[in-house]
Amino acid sequence: MNYYLSDELNDIKELCAEIANKYILPVRAELDENNRFPREIIKVMADSDLFGIYIPEEYGGSAEIFGGGSMALAVATEELSKACGGIAVSFAANALGAMPILISGSDEQKKKYLPDLASGTKLAAFALTESEAGSDAGGVKTRAVKDGDSYVLNGTKQWITNGGEAQIYTVIAQTDPSRGARGLSAFIVEEGTEGFTYGKKEDKMGIRASSTMELIFEDCRVPASNLIAREGYGFIVAMKTLNTSRPGVAAQAVGIAQGALDEAAKYASERVQFGKRIDSFQGIQFMLADMATQVEAARALVYSTARMIDAGERKYEKESAMAKVFASDVAMKVTTDAVQILGGYGYMKEYPVEKMMRDAKITQIYEGTNQIQRSVIASALIKETAARGK
Amino acid sequence: MRIVVAVKQVPDTADVRIDEERGTLIREGIPSILNPFDEYALEEAMRWRDELGGTVTVMTMGPPQAEAVLREAVSMGADEAVLLSDRAFAGADTWATSHTLAKAVEKMGNIDVVMTGKQAIDGDTAQTGPSIAASLDWPQVTFVGFVRELNQDSIIAERYIEGGCEVIRSSLPVVITMLKDANTPRLPSLRGKMKARKIEIPVWGREDLELPEDEVGLDGSPTRVVKITTPEIISNGEIHHGEPSVLAKLLVDSLLGREVE
Repeated sequence: MNYYLSDELNDIKELCAEIANKYILPVRAELDENNRFPREIIKVMADSDLFGIYIPEEYGGSAEIFGGGSMALAVATEELSKACGGIAVSFAANALGAMPILISGSDEQKKKYLPDLASGTKLAAFALTESEAGSDAGGVKTRAVKDGDSYVLNGTKQWITNGGEAQIYTVIAQTDPSRGARGLSAFIVEEGTEGFTYGKKEDKMGIRASSTMELIFEDCRVPASNLIAREGYGFIVAMKTLNTSRPGVAAQAVGIAQGALDEAAKYASERVQFGKRIDSFQGIQFMLADMATQVEAARALVYSTARMIDAGERKYEKESAMAKVFASDVAMKVTTDAVQILGGYGYMKEYPVEKMMRDAKITQIYEGTNQIQRSVIASALIKETAARGK
Repeated sequence: MRIVVAVKQVPDTADVRIDEERGTLIREGIPSILNPFDEYALEEAMRWRDELGGTVTVMTMGPPQAEAVLREAVSMGADEAVLLSDRAFAGADTWATSHTLAKAVEKMGNIDVVMTGKQAIDGDTAQTGPSIAASLDWPQVTFVGFVRELNQDSIIAERYIEGGCEVIRSSLPVVITMLKDANTPRLPSLRGKMKARKIEIPVWGREDLELPEDEVGLDGSPTRVVKITTPEIISNGEIHHGEPSVLAKLLVDSLLGREVE
């Protein structure tokens, strides 16, 4: 389908495709096998100006040129994901880490941190999840206690994408445990701050080119000026961040699904059984037709949501959740079907579709499980219905 | 440091077909690209610009559509571009081409270095670079695999030659032709791509370069392609089946029989 992307968005698409072909495809299997974060590819993306596409020009980025950052981020993430979901999330997680500063940071914080993120000189990561706080963000146990001009952080964050690779972390911590979710606050913590260390690196099922790590805070003192917004606003900052970043995960899912569809269609056009190409069999044809239709529908929903955000719409929680749920469920289904079409070969590591199937799974889980997303959609629906009833 | 990079638009294939009657390459239906060797020249020029300051200007001689490779070079980071295009330039051989390119370098003025690929992948003559130097009466260092040093007065470059490496120091201005050993060309950047779409590329013709008619194009070309053919592919291979030991003996006998040393 032709989405009539602007010339500038097409530039992003072309550039990401070139990076994928020249740098990602030759090494993606090795990165997956060795659980290796590709710093050299991150450097190429930085040199190509990709890290600034969702950051305003005022802070060293180029978001305005693309009509806002959401479509730019979606197009880039999708294109990179066609080749490798792991590298794509390392890119997109940077936006997730920057988002709290972008959305709720002070002008000073923006000036201090965003230019380095826009140039790709530094990477960012967002740290919310803990062992007891996943879908229930209110369960965060990491404490931040005010002491003079600083806050002292204690606790452990878990499964942090870009952990160990990022230099700037936006961390959600509890400043008033008596208030639960309303007692959370968001902080900027720089790598190298005393009392901030990395824990174990996770050995994951998929997206293995990305780094996922524990962050450990032991009497880690950060200046009070690193508090984002105000005390008690951490939950709101986190929710706004996730609502805005979800189309990025959805775009990752679309990219992974498209990559798998391309592989399956190509394989079906070459594989001969019973003396015929297998794409001449209706059983395969109908599978491919359904896969293609689902991917296109997912893309349309993701782009519509991203365009809505870029247009300045203030409420997009429901659409953002819909895009994430639908696209990630499509990615899981399409990658599974791609493995099925490739049959025994699809199950083997010589072909890329088994990796795509493993990569797809996480998109149903992270940045809010699909069950939580459905709750978000349902509650928005209930509110809308109630409002109509008045 | 003002560096000019001379680039060429070439067909994107190693398997160029030949029009035997006209003695030219068939370009129709084949996508065009920036000559790969010129990418190394461009990258080298940009690296030294990034280090020393200054500008990189890309130029090419060709039909109006050759502008595409100039825009590509700008997307990779070249500062300026000039297209040399004129009906009068058509049919130029390497002498007329390099003479025209040299005139453009003179017109730009105050150029320190001209860089270009060691050869183009279509014509494969490797003459244009050296011939630009001859036409400008500048020193030249060809087949450069590594530029050790470049400053306002001189260049030290390594020429990779058969069986060795020759280290040459030359005064500026100078013409350099680059090998692919020198660097890894960068990808375009987003800013570069946007600049490339908008940049105005001046087109210089014969009169702009103040060149007489008999020094450009076909009329200015002392060489003529007399004949150009595709070598016949001689394929008289034999296929044998059988046990490895039998096949090995067969192969050895056959090679001995042909007096292969």
